[in-house]
Amino acid sequence: MSKFRKKKKGMPAISTASLPDIVFMLLFFFMVTTVMRETDLKIQKPKLPYATEVKKLERKSLVSYIYVGKVKGQNGDKIQLNDRIADVKDVKYFIFAERETHSEDEIPLLTTSIKADVESSVGTITDIKEELRNVNALKINYSTLKGDVLKNMNK
Amino acid sequence: MARRELPEINAGSMADIAFLLLIFFLVTTTMDVDTGISRKLPEKQPEDVEQPKLKEKNVFIVTVNRNNQILVEGDKIMTVDKIRQEAMDFIDNGGGIGNPMKDPRTGEMLPAAECDWCGGKKDPASSDHPNKAVISLESDRGTSYGTYIAVQNELVGAYTDLRNRLSKKLYGVTYTQLLKDAKNSSSNESLKEKIKNIKAKYPQIISEAEPKK
Repeated sequence: MSKFRKKKKGMPAISTASLPDIVFMLLFFFMVTTVMRETDLKIQKPKLPYATEVKKLERKSLVSYIYVGKVKGQNGDKIQLNDRIADVKDVKYFIFAERETHSEDEIPLLTTSIKADVESSVGTITDIKEELRNVNALKINYSTLKGDVLKNMNK
Repeated sequence: MARRELPEINAGSMADIAFLLLIFFLVTTTMDVDTGISRKLPEKQPEDVEQPKLKEKNVFIVTVNRNNQILVEGDKIMTVDKIRQEAMDFIDNGGGIGNPMKDPRTGEMLPAAECDWCGGKKDPASSDHPNKAVISLESDRGTSYGTYIAVQNELVGAYTDLRNRLSKKLYGVTYTQLLKDAKNSSSNESLKEKIKNIKAKYPQIISEAEPKK
């Protein structure tokens, strides 16, 4: 009897010293994986189309983004470059500005990712593509989610 | 004698600090990976350059109109899920003699030859050779982007399927797997060689025509 009582009395407190370690581990995970959003969306967040034959975009520092979508209360597709709504004609200046920030030998590797809404019209996209061709920014990527293409058609 | 027991430093607040940071990163993090269909736009040609002549049977025309209806080869209306098979049949037909190709090993030009890896019907009215087969995607300005991407996806998918099939036959693994392996071991020359070979046998020729006004 006395043996048991003795043990209960000497029960040590659970050490919480390893708790910071666990939390730090999680913290580092999120610090490493996190990508800070560089631009605020002025347009409504584009609902990206689905596709199956997708490739991952490598080397994010070489990618510049063009957003295409709708603005609340306005008709037609709007193009967003950096953090303002822009005209198709501004695309080339946007590309020039992007090129400024990279070194000479990286320029051919620069990719333009078009993040366009499912509902936007091909005409807008073609205008952008034409502008990109004019300034010789030929590598493009149609940003999509992974999924069945038939989901693009449902309205 | 006096320092018999060092008092432990209280590390309890360490967790609080770490939690604070953790929550900050949890909130700001966006886990989206950027994926998409990669394309290369054609270079701008000078006005006076003559367009290369293509035989009509070597061009596979997919048209998407403003009501998102899809017309293939000017006479067949189809749904998106049928395009892949149709495109594969067209590319893989191998009804004639292709453009001269480079020997994958020596780099010498081989004489133009028939497609001996094609499994198609060898219909003389369809494409001659995978390296002559051109897929042309025409769209209207009013076509919805979703449909446009869906069609593009299927066309790229047709090439992927054909490449997978050939790769499986030649090397026992799919082309997709080859690409994955090559990414993991970037110095592996034989893998690169294989990928190059498959790419040369089924080159992806998709042309996006300018939409009609």
